[in-house]
Amino acid sequence: MTDHAVGGGYGGAFAGLLRRDARVLVRNLAPFLTRTIMNPLLSVFVFAYVFPRIGQGMRGAGAGGASFATILMPGLIAVAMVFQGIAAVALPLSMELGATREIEDRVLAPIPNWLVAVEKIVFGAVQGVIAGLAVFPLVYFIPATPVDMHVASWPLLVVVIALASLASGALGLALGTVVRPQHIGLMFAVVVVPMTFLGCVYYPWAALHPIRWLQVGVLINPLVYMSEGLRTALTPGLPHMPVGLFLAALSVAVLVLSGIGIRAFRRRTID
Amino acid sequence: MTEAIRLEGLVKEYAGPPRVQALVGVNLAVREGEVFGLLGPNGAGKTTTVGICTTRVLPTSGRATVKGVDVVADPPRARRAIGVVSQYNTLDRSCTIRENLYYHCRYFGMGGAESRHRADELLEQFRLSDRAAAMPEQLSGGLVQRTQVARAIAHRPAVLFLDEPTAGLDPQSRLALWELIEGMRALGITVLLTTHYMDEADRLSDRVAIIDAGRVLVCDTPAALKRQVGAETVVHLQLEGDFAALASQLCMIQGVREVTPADGGLRLMASSRDGLLARVVEAAAPYTLRDVAISEPTLETVFIQLTGKALRD
Repeated sequence: MTDHAVGGGYGGAFAGLLRRDARVLVRNLAPFLTRTIMNPLLSVFVFAYVFPRIGQGMRGAGAGGASFATILMPGLIAVAMVFQGIAAVALPLSMELGATREIEDRVLAPIPNWLVAVEKIVFGAVQGVIAGLAVFPLVYFIPATPVDMHVASWPLLVVVIALASLASGALGLALGTVVRPQHIGLMFAVVVVPMTFLGCVYYPWAALHPIRWLQVGVLINPLVYMSEGLRTALTPGLPHMPVGLFLAALSVAVLVLSGIGIRAFRRRTID
Repeated sequence: MTEAIRLEGLVKEYAGPPRVQALVGVNLAVREGEVFGLLGPNGAGKTTTVGICTTRVLPTSGRATVKGVDVVADPPRARRAIGVVSQYNTLDRSCTIRENLYYHCRYFGMGGAESRHRADELLEQFRLSDRAAAMPEQLSGGLVQRTQVARAIAHRPAVLFLDEPTAGLDPQSRLALWELIEGMRALGITVLLTTHYMDEADRLSDRVAIIDAGRVLVCDTPAALKRQVGAETVVHLQLEGDFAALASQLCMIQGVREVTPADGGLRLMASSRDGLLARVVEAAAPYTLRDVAISEPTLETVFIQLTGKALRD
């Protein structure tokens, strides 16, 4: 990579790729919002509206008396962001690299192939942020029990959202390039479902203490750090992981997943 | 004359398994402004050659330059010099026809107004204006290829690569695309065209390289290649039963240069056609002769003479 090229020559092409993705997003806004909102909407409705009113289910006994809605809110935002990484990056990429080969025109743009992959991560991150923002009012206003939320530190919130959305985009790139198109359906069962259920979405990480092996085991899951990061930034009243730990882990996740994704992208686009 | 494309000792091996030697040392020089045909059967190495020139395949060894730019050393720069139409429909399915052209221009660094103008100009030039708002799925195969050619030249490349551009097209669309390719000459664009249709290579190309099993066998103008066959007339005899003995008898007829087995009969090359047919039919009378076809040598004849097999499998 040469300096003049990144600054002058490649900027236009990179911006062109972003513009194309933005155009496609605007055209598909309704399906985008539907797929973004559905899971958190139903989760928050059942767990935080229906359950408290029928006197059933989780009431956050282990989390210092906080309402389950408070525990759930940051987790559902994190899940919405990770879903975007998969729905907005992995699934289309798998098609574009596989059956339709329509990635070709973008791979033939006058920029290095790795930058085309980076653009996928960046735009996946943008969609992650939009998804997080779209979900926020749902998880805040629907619950029947009060949600104890306040932003303790705006800079921390911004950093967490940035890292979490980049990690989601990078995860999408890695899955979209590594998983064979014929196995993309299986990916939901093998990757997405375990990630969500074991991602500290429905419980704070600290609450796993009684099951020590699980508390250590889930640390491999990047969603844990997204949930915990958002929990720290949005619901500081809940027990949470040390700030340094989740920031470092999210940074590592971004780097490792980007590395895997970019390498695989190059392998898939250059014979 | 300057060279638009230069390939030196290109080798490509796929590690496999199975290990495949796609190219075993391709040398070629395509001149600026010419339409160059790469003719060969499926699996000959045409697509691999184009893949290397267009930065999508890395050669195992050898060197490829397009407009003097080493395609391995500096792919982004090489891409500015090339336009690519592959044998698949690679149009962006999420974008309209106009957007396919517009964003292609943006990828090449053009501004918004310039890209819009260029897209409209191309829609007009390629008679696609009434389909500007259509999505790629709504287009016929012929229109898809036309759009792909328009997109490939949108950034005004010096060299256009067309990989089997008419494969699977109906005859009418095929003719229309041929006209478009002939139009590239007027725009000063060098064209490298791969095909396994000998009539396509013959009609469009200034020069043709015949490629088989990963190497270039010959390279010249279609007329010169056909002259090399050394025959004016090719007679194809369709026979039934045992006709092994006929070949040697035919060889003795005056003017006959060569007799080779061909699918379902014999192929005979002769330097003159005067009185030829009568003698051939006479010689074949004791055998079960089903059909006789006379033609001039084609690029297919050249290919058969070089490889002993037909172009189409």
